[in-house]
Amino acid sequence: MAQSCFGHGSQLSPVMVNSEKDRASLLCMKALANRGRLDSVSQQMASHPQYLESFLRTQHYILYMDGPLPLHYRHYIAIMAAARHHCRYLVSLHSAQFLRVDGDPLWLQGLEAAPPRLRHLDHINKVLAHQPWLTARSHIQALLKTGEQCWSLAELVQAVVLLAHCHSLCSFVFGSGSDSDSIPTPRVHHGTPPGYCLCDAANGNTALLPPPAGPTEKAPRRRSLDSSCEVAYLREQIQKSQEEIKERKADRLHSQTLSHADVEEEDEAMFSADPSRFVTDPEFGYQEFARREEDHFQVFRVQDYSWEDHGFSLVNRLYSDIGHLLDERFRNVASLPFPHSPDLKRAIWNYIHCIYGIRYDDYDYGEVNRLLERGLKLYIKAVHVNLLVMEARLQAELLYALRAITQYMIA
Amino acid sequence: MRREVTSAANVNNDSTSASPERAHLFIKGQCVIPYEDVNRDRVNVCVTSRTDCHARCNFYLELRLEMEKMTRVSTVNGRTMFCHLDAPANAISVCRDATQVVVAGRNIFKIYGLEEEGFVERLNLRVGRKPSLNFSCADVMWHQMDENLLATAATNGAVVTWNLARSCRNKQEQLFTEHKRTVNKVCFHPTEVNMLLSGSQDGFMKCFDLRKKESVSTFSGQSESVRDVQFSIKDYFTFAASFENGNVQLWDIRRPDRYERMFTAHTGPVFCCDWHPEDSTFHMHKVLHRGWLATGGRDKMVKVWDMSTNRVKEIYCVQTIASVARVKWRPERRYHLATCSMMVDHNIYVWDVRRPFIPFATFEEHKDVTTGIVWRNQHDPYYLLSGSKDSTLYQHMFKDASRPVDRANPEGLCFGLFGDLAFAAKESLMTAPQSVGDVGRKTYPGGDRRYPIFFFKKPDVTEQFAQVSSALSVFESEAGSSVGMDWFINTAKSYLLSGKPFAELCEHNAQVAKKLNRPQESTTWTMLRIMFSEPANPSLSTNHNLNKSGNLPLVNSFSMKEMSAALNERNKENRQDNLHSLETNLNNNDENEETEGSEGQAEYLFGDAELDDDDLYSMEHDNQAAEEPEYLLPQEAFPLRHEIMDHPSAPEPVQEKPESPHVSGSETESTCLTPMESINLISVSQLLFSPHLPPKFFCPIVKEMLCYYAEQGDVQMAVSVLIVLGDRIRKEIDELTQEHWYMSYIDLLQRFELWNVSNEVIKLSTCGAIMCLNQASTTLHINCSNCKRPMSNKGWICDRCHQCASVCAVCHHVVKGLFVWCQGCSHGGHLEHVMEWLKQSKHCPAGCGHLCEYT
Repeated sequence: MAQSCFGHGSQLSPVMVNSEKDRASLLCMKALANRGRLDSVSQQMASHPQYLESFLRTQHYILYMDGPLPLHYRHYIAIMAAARHHCRYLVSLHSAQFLRVDGDPLWLQGLEAAPPRLRHLDHINKVLAHQPWLTARSHIQALLKTGEQCWSLAELVQAVVLLAHCHSLCSFVFGSGSDSDSIPTPRVHHGTPPGYCLCDAANGNTALLPPPAGPTEKAPRRRSLDSSCEVAYLREQIQKSQEEIKERKADRLHSQTLSHADVEEEDEAMFSADPSRFVTDPEFGYQEFARREEDHFQVFRVQDYSWEDHGFSLVNRLYSDIGHLLDERFRNVASLPFPHSPDLKRAIWNYIHCIYGIRYDDYDYGEVNRLLERGLKLYIKAVHVNLLVMEARLQAELLYALRAITQYMIA
Repeated sequence: MRREVTSAANVNNDSTSASPERAHLFIKGQCVIPYEDVNRDRVNVCVTSRTDCHARCNFYLELRLEMEKMTRVSTVNGRTMFCHLDAPANAISVCRDATQVVVAGRNIFKIYGLEEEGFVERLNLRVGRKPSLNFSCADVMWHQMDENLLATAATNGAVVTWNLARSCRNKQEQLFTEHKRTVNKVCFHPTEVNMLLSGSQDGFMKCFDLRKKESVSTFSGQSESVRDVQFSIKDYFTFAASFENGNVQLWDIRRPDRYERMFTAHTGPVFCCDWHPEDSTFHMHKVLHRGWLATGGRDKMVKVWDMSTNRVKEIYCVQTIASVARVKWRPERRYHLATCSMMVDHNIYVWDVRRPFIPFATFEEHKDVTTGIVWRNQHDPYYLLSGSKDSTLYQHMFKDASRPVDRANPEGLCFGLFGDLAFAAKESLMTAPQSVGDVGRKTYPGGDRRYPIFFFKKPDVTEQFAQVSSALSVFESEAGSSVGMDWFINTAKSYLLSGKPFAELCEHNAQVAKKLNRPQESTTWTMLRIMFSEPANPSLSTNHNLNKSGNLPLVNSFSMKEMSAALNERNKENRQDNLHSLETNLNNNDENEETEGSEGQAEYLFGDAELDDDDLYSMEHDNQAAEEPEYLLPQEAFPLRHEIMDHPSAPEPVQEKPESPHVSGSETESTCLTPMESINLISVSQLLFSPHLPPKFFCPIVKEMLCYYAEQGDVQMAVSVLIVLGDRIRKEIDELTQEHWYMSYIDLLQRFELWNVSNEVIKLSTCGAIMCLNQASTTLHINCSNCKRPMSNKGWICDRCHQCASVCAVCHHVVKGLFVWCQGCSHGGHLEHVMEWLKQSKHCPAGCGHLCEYT
């Protein structure tokens, strides 16, 4: 069973009133009854019952409710998405569920064993996971091109929502250290990143600092320490000009990917659900968007394609009701209390989007630096931030994917 | 300076010049109060310092004069035309005299002249080497009082005004950077030159006085993003604002502290709103009338709200197919409005709000979403301008619009609950062939109150929908028999499913179906009889077939199926009997133990068959005297294979058993051969009918037929055939499917309260799951008649009082069957005994003196 991250979570919001607590525990009970277990993701989120509710509802909807994709496809897509970020926790979770819904165990041997239709999805999965700005009409077109293995638009939209959901959930899992949940044995764990920064979490890239040697139970408690490292790290960066920051980060991310890969290799043989089996082109990773700006990739302007105005209508049309559920999630996360600095919320949100090349005309990105510095003193409320990061990322991916679909539909 | 107003015509209104002299007409209630000429510089002071909230200015008289002046501006005779823009447009606006249009977007800010031949670029307002984000426009508005004044809402949150009269290239006049987020909308006051309103994503609305460097008042929408702001045309001080959370607020421009009214208009964001430009003669009596407000939202709806009542009332609602990005009332047409969508749908629709199901007109020119629509002239309903993300600017002529109503199908057809059929069509269509075969048909002219399918509307000047007057016909199904499910009930009651030889059952059921006017079912039964029984004549005997050698193959193949079961039974006793091998061969069974006979035999048969050819039926008729018992032989087989309860008629055939195998045996001896199959096939082709084929040959067809009936909803037929055919078909059909059919049929029967039939079906079914339905709830709990305690279910003696329970009052024995008792004295007994007793006496047989009544 999951280790106790819950105590940690509730510690974070001592202001939680009784009724909210009740609500949270009710939700947890429900989840427990449904799934037979309460994953640590839910436990962490339980400190924000309202958000948890809409999160669980969305997740339940896309994984189990009406939709064009068969259930085992859904879980397999989730596996593919989580594998892209080497998130063992989600991979094993969905592998188990894949089998439970009568999925062919053979598929779990790797992507090559899956039907070609699912393999076709690999490319968009890869792109969405690491460089969503590359998502183009041609990808959509290729998938929808009529043939034996073609996707219908409705199926594709569900797949894209699933992918984005799982990619962003990886961010949360890494960000909150829930990944350790995936290892049932009391083995020393390597994959959990105790220290991480916003962008890492958003990218789903893992361990930045040397992995901890201690048992997993300690991971959450160490977090406050780690986040202070984080503060120091970011503060240091904030001094530099924005350009410099980005460059540095890019370098850092590169090295990070490498070290990450090492860790993976080490663990490879030991897991039944080894994520790398579901991954092709493992070198493909996040690249600093700012660098690519001079290339032909245009900055994505939210004012031209926003969730509220455009994304919602499209996704809801092609996959009914999901728009409302996602909308509720975004709204809920937007209304999370950030008592000291509501601007910080926007700064984080916009910063994540900025990492993915999505820009807001009406935002002064200098503010990111100013606010994150001050705001990080409050960074201890990590669950907040993680949620925010997750949702921002989800929206970013969705925006890119949906824009590509829109372009496809117009053409 | 003060003047007295004597009539509206005296209003000094010099709106085109930039004169500081402005005329204001204040109307309070019905009386016109003296107005003041306010110096331009003091207008705002005047407006904001007025504390009498209830004193509202109504400018409609003034406005009307002004507008009349405008309409006099000569308009070019246009055509549908377009021009390419350099970049996608976000919004367009037209200048007051309808000669120029401004297009604004992220990368475009241009003014085009509207010439007869087309659009002519007049001015590019986007200047500078690297234009700032201030040029990236989300919205643009051309002032309707001052042709040199424009305002834009920038995506970076700036509100910019532009003065075309400036001599330098940069026409930017003022820049307000008070909003923190994107400004979604700017709106000039319709009559006040210097008043500008903005609504932003940051949840604030700001009112600017263009003579000042900053806003004069800020209205808070409680951190909900503002999507649209619109000054009321009628009411000087009022503006409406629509929000991302679905709310619409009404504000008094003088009271920034609190909205005046709020209501939820849509689920999800309200992207746009528009005040009705109703001409002033309408609702003249309501001086403070604020008219209608149309709102459009992401929920794909356009709603029209009556704002004049105390409680805002939704009066019309149009459901579109995509989120509504813009809505604009059509000039001079009270009920018309134009909409365009933000996503997926590229068309522009003009709706008559009273006919919300079909657009009045559609413009289908754009290749990407339309972002801005504007009626070219405030008094001209025939020109519509639109800008789009596909980087084109269009002028649409109303005469070129497509009219979906013309393509709509004006006929409607619907079935009623009781099988009635209603049919509505154009009157012209309906009146012509009145006399042709209209049995049971009633025509309801439009006025019929019982069927208010459509209503006549008074012709309206603004009504331009094609007047379609329809007639409604209702075809009532014939009274009695064919109404509803009578056929089902009758069929269920009349069909025979067991108790007779197969052929007779089929024959009977065919007759039943025929009587109920169901020829297809009737034929099906007949076909089944032919396929699975001996040819045509049910009384045909096997003996006869033996006599006539030419018929041998026929008999073999036909009786085989029925016999096989019986044969199986007998195999135990009769191992060595070679008929066994016959059966297996003919059935193509795997157990191909031994094949007896030779090819010679086969040839002989072949030749024989050839000889006798198609005399099949005549032969049968020759042998009418066939023995019934012989025929019955196959029937006997079934009861033995199944539970005894299956066939009530079981015992009789059993007695015949010894006889029949012999017959079949002797016939098989001569015929059983593997090559038989092919021979049969050949001979079939030469016979008149195809009865040579083994019954098994028909199974796939029958199976298909059963599935067909089940899919058609006639599960009754499927189940009945299934039962009658029994083993002949049972193995061919998936057990689950059978079970499903049975369940459906039983359910139907029970709904029609055909309990007996339902029970029979359950009894006759061969599915375990169905048969056990009869086994459920069969326990009857009784109390001891002496001590009134519950009886244990063992025996007939009460455990407690050791008395026999339920003793018949007449014969004093325990009643183990039907028990009847008097509800008055609770004495009773065997049904027959009590009935008999009561023929002689009125009193209770128990002697309690009660006058029992058994009815």
